[in-house]
Amino acid sequence: MPHNTVAVVGAAETTRLGVIPELSQLGLHADAAINAMADCGLKPKDIDGIACAANETPVNLAHYLGITPTWIDGTAVGGCSFMIHVRHAAAAIEAGLAKTILITHGESGKSRVGNPARAVHPQSLNGQFEQPFGPMGPPSMFTIPVLRYMKTYGVTAEQIAQVAVVQREWASKNPRATFRNLITTDDVLNSRMIAYPFRLLMCCLVTDGGGALILTSAERAKDFPTKPVYILGTGESAETPMVSQMEDFTSSRAFRVAGPTAFKEAGITHKDVDHLMIYDAFAHLPIYGLEDLGFLPKGEAAGFIAGRNTAPGGSLPLNTNGGGLSYMHSGMYGMYALQESVRQMRGIAPAQIPDAKISVCHGVGGMFAASGTIIFSNQAP
Amino acid sequence: MATPGRALPQPTPETQHFWDGTKANELLLQRCDECSKVYFPPRPFCPVCASRKVSVTKASGKAVLYSYVIHHRPVPGFTPPYAIAVVELAEGPRMMTNIVECEQTPEALVLDMPVEVVFEPQTDTITLPFFRPAKG
Repeated sequence: MPHNTVAVVGAAETTRLGVIPELSQLGLHADAAINAMADCGLKPKDIDGIACAANETPVNLAHYLGITPTWIDGTAVGGCSFMIHVRHAAAAIEAGLAKTILITHGESGKSRVGNPARAVHPQSLNGQFEQPFGPMGPPSMFTIPVLRYMKTYGVTAEQIAQVAVVQREWASKNPRATFRNLITTDDVLNSRMIAYPFRLLMCCLVTDGGGALILTSAERAKDFPTKPVYILGTGESAETPMVSQMEDFTSSRAFRVAGPTAFKEAGITHKDVDHLMIYDAFAHLPIYGLEDLGFLPKGEAAGFIAGRNTAPGGSLPLNTNGGGLSYMHSGMYGMYALQESVRQMRGIAPAQIPDAKISVCHGVGGMFAASGTIIFSNQAP
Repeated sequence: MATPGRALPQPTPETQHFWDGTKANELLLQRCDECSKVYFPPRPFCPVCASRKVSVTKASGKAVLYSYVIHHRPVPGFTPPYAIAVVELAEGPRMMTNIVECEQTPEALVLDMPVEVVFEPQTDTITLPFFRPAKG
């Protein structure tokens, strides 16, 4: 797999984020894709690889955007699909299957234009062995392991609330963040109960939006107008579509495979990391991520966050766009985490980390079902 | 628990024995004849060693409350707040369920408390396995 041989040369989100009823989901993909092509001065004829996740397909996007691909990838494993697209794209470029790959995402998560609701089929394993007991989407499923985690490590609801408080501080620095007003622990703990122990402000937003990335070889990247962001290491894995069947409720096996795979490939240690994104559909995910990626021993991440180590001015800046909790979350958030890592590596993020050279971007799909990790650097190979 | 509108399973050939079991008030797991792994959900081979030599085995119905949320949003067939729970069976596997004959509060729902299976028919063909605080 590539080590600094492939780079991101184009990156953009949709023109607007938030509530975008004037565009369908397909339109959001296209808006982001056209912005990313404009970012690096390319036209559809210059793109020979295309990847996207459900509910669109790379066929839909190739047709809609006027692209003739020699490589396509429709990996759709939830919100980390885009990390996995980056990994597959990097391997494809290195193998010579394509030269210039576009990864798109668009999601009408709020307005639901051209984005039909997905039902759980009653013959699926989820439909037979989970759905009859009353879960209704991620807020009531992604959260099920957390009481076991809290009991095992003595973590409190106040500490989990701190994740949301700290990320709102980052969001307050970001003009594109949906929620920018600072909040307190009490604000979180007094917000509406959704699925005990989770309250509203511990849960992600629901918005519309999209994003796109363009990758090419590191050698070609030098010829583009944008600052290249190199791919140092990548990882992916899967565990189970059923949250009830996770091996360990205090840890994600998919995280524990994807993260270390990326670190090993990048040849870096945790001390080398200047900037970190951990997909935060809910407030416990950065806690699981910090531990499963090896930044902290088990049981210590909640205290680490509450101790302001990931806050502005802290030693490990985390989710610097405000995250899914405050920035935006259209349903599959991984693309937006990748966009923030690229901005940080380009040096153009609203809450820029000075001199940041290495960014780790970690995603989750489904309810701990799958995972993808990308490690970026702005240092030329 | 009155359950109009609750989502109900549709068995497949690989899971039919499990739902036949609950209808007969039995909680059926599977055990690998070669490596002895006891597993759930049902499948006609061992998820550890891929052996097709597996046997259906009746669970004791004893379990402990492993983790849960108390859902506060409306869902067809449920009256919020209600707990969506995962129990760990004495035989090892975990399964999602609801906890019945118990207040749906953090005070009443204590992790690791012993629970036992009860069977509640939903239709002529489907009976769901729930768990209640163990009575002895």
